[in-house]
Order: sequence, then structure tokens, then C-alpha cells
Amino acid sequence: MSRTAFARAALASALLVAGPALAASDADLDQLREEIRQLKQSYETRIEALEARVKAAEAAANRTDDVGRAPASATPSPVPASVPAAAAPVAASASAAPPAASAANAFNPAISAVLEGVYSNLSQDPTRYALSGFALGEDVSPGRRGLNLGESEFTLAANVDTIFSGSLTVALTPENTVSVEEAYGLANGLPGGIVPKFGRFFSGIGYLNEQHQHAWDFYDAPLAYQAFLGGQYGTDGAQVKWLAPTDQFLEFGAEIGNGDSFPGSAGNHNGIGAADVFVHAGGDVGDSHSWRAGLSYLDTRAHGRDTTQFDTADNLVDTRLTGKSRVAIADFVWKYAPNGNALTTNFKLQGEYFWRREHGDLTYDADGALGLTQTAPYGSTQNGGYVQGVWQFMPAWRVGVRYDRLNPGNPDYGANAAYLATPGFHPQRYTFMVDWTPSEFSRLRLQYARAELRADVTDDEWFLQYILTLGAHGAHKF
Amino acid sequence: MQSVIRMVVAIAATSLAAPAFAALSIFATVPEWGALAQELGGDKVSVYTATNALQDPHHIEAKPSLIARARKADLVVATGAELEIGWLPLVLQQAGNGKVQPGKPGYFESTSFVTTIERPTRLDRAEGDVHPQGNPHIQTDPRNIARVAAALSQRMADLDPEDAAFFRQRYADFDTRWRASIVRWEAAAVPLRGVPVLVQHKAFSYLIAWLGMKETGTLEPKPGVDPTAASLSEILAEQERHPAKMVLRAAYQNDRPSLWIAERAHIPAVALPFTVGGDSAARDLTGLFDDTIARLLGALQ
Repeated sequence: MSRTAFARAALASALLVAGPALAASDADLDQLREEIRQLKQSYETRIEALEARVKAAEAAANRTDDVGRAPASATPSPVPASVPAAAAPVAASASAAPPAASAANAFNPAISAVLEGVYSNLSQDPTRYALSGFALGEDVSPGRRGLNLGESEFTLAANVDTIFSGSLTVALTPENTVSVEEAYGLANGLPGGIVPKFGRFFSGIGYLNEQHQHAWDFYDAPLAYQAFLGGQYGTDGAQVKWLAPTDQFLEFGAEIGNGDSFPGSAGNHNGIGAADVFVHAGGDVGDSHSWRAGLSYLDTRAHGRDTTQFDTADNLVDTRLTGKSRVAIADFVWKYAPNGNALTTNFKLQGEYFWRREHGDLTYDADGALGLTQTAPYGSTQNGGYVQGVWQFMPAWRVGVRYDRLNPGNPDYGANAAYLATPGFHPQRYTFMVDWTPSEFSRLRLQYARAELRADVTDDEWFLQYILTLGAHGAHKF
Repeated sequence: MQSVIRMVVAIAATSLAAPAFAALSIFATVPEWGALAQELGGDKVSVYTATNALQDPHHIEAKPSLIARARKADLVVATGAELEIGWLPLVLQQAGNGKVQPGKPGYFESTSFVTTIERPTRLDRAEGDVHPQGNPHIQTDPRNIARVAAALSQRMADLDPEDAAFFRQRYADFDTRWRASIVRWEAAAVPLRGVPVLVQHKAFSYLIAWLGMKETGTLEPKPGVDPTAASLSEILAEQERHPAKMVLRAAYQNDRPSLWIAERAHIPAVALPFTVGGDSAARDLTGLFDDTIARLLGALQ
């Protein structure tokens, strides 16, 4: 075997992983040569195409560079050559990137989903959940015992056109029902800094109300939210917000709505069922502290609002109110992070105080379950609130404490007083939680609460909860 | 009564007249763009910088103070490439300022004017905090700052045509100084060529590429994921095979992972300012690079 033939055979074996090339015939070698020639040709064509593309990109980059460069700069010399030629990014701008494919889905909105689940261990029966001296709306309870899927939620959001943007959040309940949690449009960028929002949305009153449940620092809503707003106040209607053009954050908002939501209820009318106003102020103190405080006022009507509460004979009875409900809220939140870097440690203190006045006609035993149905005038002034602190003591780990207290006041039940006298007990709750947040998209939480919600009834509540977020990167409100 | 009316009129007059004298109001998301805008705008701009060098730019909250400042801004200068995705969209939405919404001339994204590197080939959150548009920490290469300066100066001139000539002059001055500085830095940094380094986060990829250093590993197992004992041990094992000369972190980062490695691998841990204000020497953009290179050279000895 000559040396060249040996070299050829070696080359062939190197190129073709396939097979023992020890005995390569001339025919085999010819075939190999042909294949290599074809390969070479194919690569040359590709390289030519690439070169053409690079040239086009450079031309485009130069064009944008010229646009970017002010005409006055006399020396449009290129950026100095780098020490290493390799890895030096060529001056190409994003505009030189190939245009996005014009597929039908190119304009799909941002999609995100939240998955939640909980294990609940409650010492008291959640179907007999009540707050002493308060009439609770539907869906206010710590949920079922045992292992449960939480609410799964998905959100679609996008700009609609040059004026509007829209967002839809649909909640899938563990009972396999679907509800539209939020569905709103808003116009951003109107002159004067006015931002109108319309559709269904969580109201801007209070602090926690506008945040979705998965963004809360505890598994459940504060007692005051349960008692005064039915957990969370959403409305179908319209909102206008205006931010003052000052260095100090000062925001004003007003909303009108259909008033279907607790503490109102659905009425058969053309008018506005509920209206509210709020003002928020906020700012920083140094680099490490920031705060926001607010005042809100909600005025709504109840048109036969169904609630449940315990009567003097310890029956959980249906009551129904037709009348007016007014709620005022004062809220504050203060956050501390060393130098404003919240990544390692941070602390958050928040509290809200609620005050509510209601009057109208209250029907006792509204569903007739006891056969004692009777309607009488009713009036009440009640208040309550909570304060909570959450401390991130190391990256990903937080602990929190919350204290809730409600004052049922001394409601005037009129002729119903025999059935619905208020025992003068103040419901209160102590809550402790620890959670682990390995990334912005997941959180595991363990929460314990000792809830003294009725005289002589103490509920020990344990929750182990997960929250997972998929898809588009959301941003949480302050 | 008359004095009250006079006072009200005076207040109304000043508040109405104020915009006529106002400088171009610039909201910069991070200190490097704030410093650049100030260099290019001089006294014809008022610059508000939303964050400082000791804050992790990935994790900023949409604080009321930021919303209030974005409300008044004529120009928002952001990094882009999703660096600010966790807070800026919310701030802009809440601010209700039509001039600075994305797509408007008042919204400027620096990464649009440079070529980003390290674009992920796999978009999956299992890969950590990945940025589909590439590594956003472009300011660690001064040549990127030169590119952004050209575009930003032009944008400022577009928004404030009255001061356009002034902005052009300032840009020309800055550009001349900056190019000379780059030559100086490149000359000083020659000993750094080929030096292998570890980084805590992929914060210095542009700097490393510019100076021709070699990144042998990242302490974070995935971008934005805190190093674990296991991932650090792996780095340490890798260090035996491919020894790095130093481990780099940004001023805002937790120092523990890099100190852990530094102690065991017997290499210096270097905290680089990362942006303007990252340490006392990095008072402006020139100081930022003077100090960065001085610290790298110092660690080499």
C-alpha cells in the first residue's frame, strides 16, 4: 500500500465514523471523494449566504449608527478596536434583527397561570364558620378541611391598540366552576395623566384589596376583609385614577359600580349601585424605607343581601338586609430593605382599619328554615382591623405575624333583638406563617392561626400551601 | 383676604409657568444611564435615578416614589432586555404618563443599540432567570456605553429640539473623552488578557469579553439562583482542573458565596462597582472603569 493510499484510507476512516476502513477499494474512495466534494460545495454555498447576510446586517447597522450619531460629531470613527478581536460584539442594532415571523399567533397576549393548592387542618367545622356579631356574606370561610386544590387562575393581557390595553383573569375553582375574576380595559397615556379603567376589577380601596390572593403574605384574608368586604371587593363598573404631577406620590381615584358585591348586593335598577373614592400618598425615607398610606370610602346599597350569622339560640340562620352600607378604610404599609436592596433581608409592616355603618330593614330567618321569619329596622356601626409584619431574614425565607381584631359594636336589631342580640364578644385572631420562595415564580407556605371568633369557640387552623406561577413575568404592586 | 388671593394667584402662576423653564426631565432606571444622561445633558436636564448601585437591578419594587417620578418624566432611560421587567412596566402603567410608554419617543431602551450576547438557546424557567434578549448587563463594556451615548444624545435632541445643539456639543465632547479613556483602559488592562476568572452572577460577561479575560465558571448554578453548597463544591472541584485567578461579584451582591470560594481556592474575591456609585471611587462613568480595572489589576498581583 502506497503512502498516499494509506493517507486516503486514514482520511476516509476519520471522516466516516461508520465502518472499518482498513480495506477500502478504489470504488469506495471515489465515492468518498464525490461525497466530500458535495459537502464542500454545500458548505461554500452556505458560507456565501451567511457572508451576504452579515454584509446586509452591517449595512443596516451603519445606517442606524448614522441615525444615532449626532451630525455635529465630526469624527464618526468606529468604536475603537478591542484588545481581543474575538467576542467583540459587532455594532449591529436590534433593528437589524430579522423581522418576526408574521404567524397568526404573533400578536398573542401575554399568558400567565397561577396554580394553588392547600392542606387545611381546622379544629372547628368550617361549614359553621361565623364571626360573632357580624353577618357574613357568601364564600367567607377558611375553606374545606383536608387536601384541596386552591383557585387556579389564568391571565391574558396585552395592548389592544394605540389607546387601550386589556387584561382578563379567569379563576377556576376546585368545585370545577369558572368565574371571571377581572376583565378590564384601560387607557394609558391620556393627556393630563388620567387613567380610566373599566370592566370588572378589584377595587382600589384599602391596601390589600387590589392585590390578587396569590400575592398576599398570608393564606387567607384578614378578618376585617371577611367581615366588611366579603373577603375582597370587586365590582363591575369604571374607575378613574389621577396621579398628581408632584415628586410626592399622591394618587386620587374614584369608582362607580353595579354594587352587586358584598357589602352591597344585586339590585334590579338602572342606576349606579356603588361608588367609592380613595386617595393614596407615598414616598421614600432615605434609601432604605418606603411607605404608602391611604384613605378610602365606599357607599353601596343592599337589595336583599343574604348573609349568615348565629342567633341567640346558637342556630346559624339566614339574615337578609335591604338598606345602605358605608365603609371607610385607613391603610398604611411601610417597607424596609437595607439600602433598598430587598433581596437578602427586608421587612414589611402593614395595617388597615375599617369602619362600617349600615342601616335598613333586616329579615331574620330569611329562608324560613326555622319558621320564624320576621323583618325589623336595623342599624349598626362596627369597626375592626389588622396589623401584620413580614420579615425576610435570609434569601427566600420569610416569617410573618398578623393580629386581627373586630368590634361588632352594639347593633340595633329592633324587633329582631330577641333573636339577634350581640354578645359583646370581640373576635380576634393570631396568625403566624413561614414561607419559602425559591424563585419569583414559586412559594411554599406554612401558616398557623389561633382564631377566637366566637365566645368559647377557638379554632386552631393549619394551612400548608403552594403557589406556582407559569408563563409571562408578572409584576407585583407595592 | 386680599393677601390670600394674591398668594393663590402667585402659586397658580408659578405652577403654570414652571414647565416653560423646566429642563428635560429624565427618569433613569439604573445609575449608569442616569450618569450618562447627566454627562450628555448637563444643566439642561434634570435626572432622577430610580435605583442605586447597592440594589439588585433584577429585584426592584414598583415603589410609590418611582411612580411619582415616572409621572413627570419626559424621557425614561431603561436598560431593556427584560432587566426591569419585574417593576418598570407596572411603574409606567401606574404613572399614567403617555409620553414615556414603550413605543413612544420618551421611552429609551439601551439594549436596542448594542448587540447583546448570551442569548439563551432554550427559553425555559428551569434554566433560571433567563433573558430571552440576551445578557442585559451591557454597561460593563465601555464601548457599549459609547453606542448608547450616541443614540441617547440623539433622542434627547429629538425630544428637546431647542437644546439640540447643546446636546450635540456635549455628546461630541463626551465621545472624544470616552474614546481616549477606552484606549487608556485597554492599554492598562493588557495584563488581564487571558486571565481566567470565576463570576458569582453573569454580570460581567461584556467586561470579560472586552478585556479578553476567560470566564471559567459561575457560582450561581443557574442565572438568578443562589449558589448552594453542592454547586459551590462543584466549582471548587472544577477550580482544581482549570484554576481561575480571582472570583468577581457586583457590589450589590451577597458576598458570602464568593468569599467561600476565595477562601478555599486561595484566590482573591473582587467586588467590582458594577455601576456608578458601586463604591466610593466609581463616582461617575470614568471612575467606574478606572476603579474596575484598578481592582482587577490589584487582584492579579
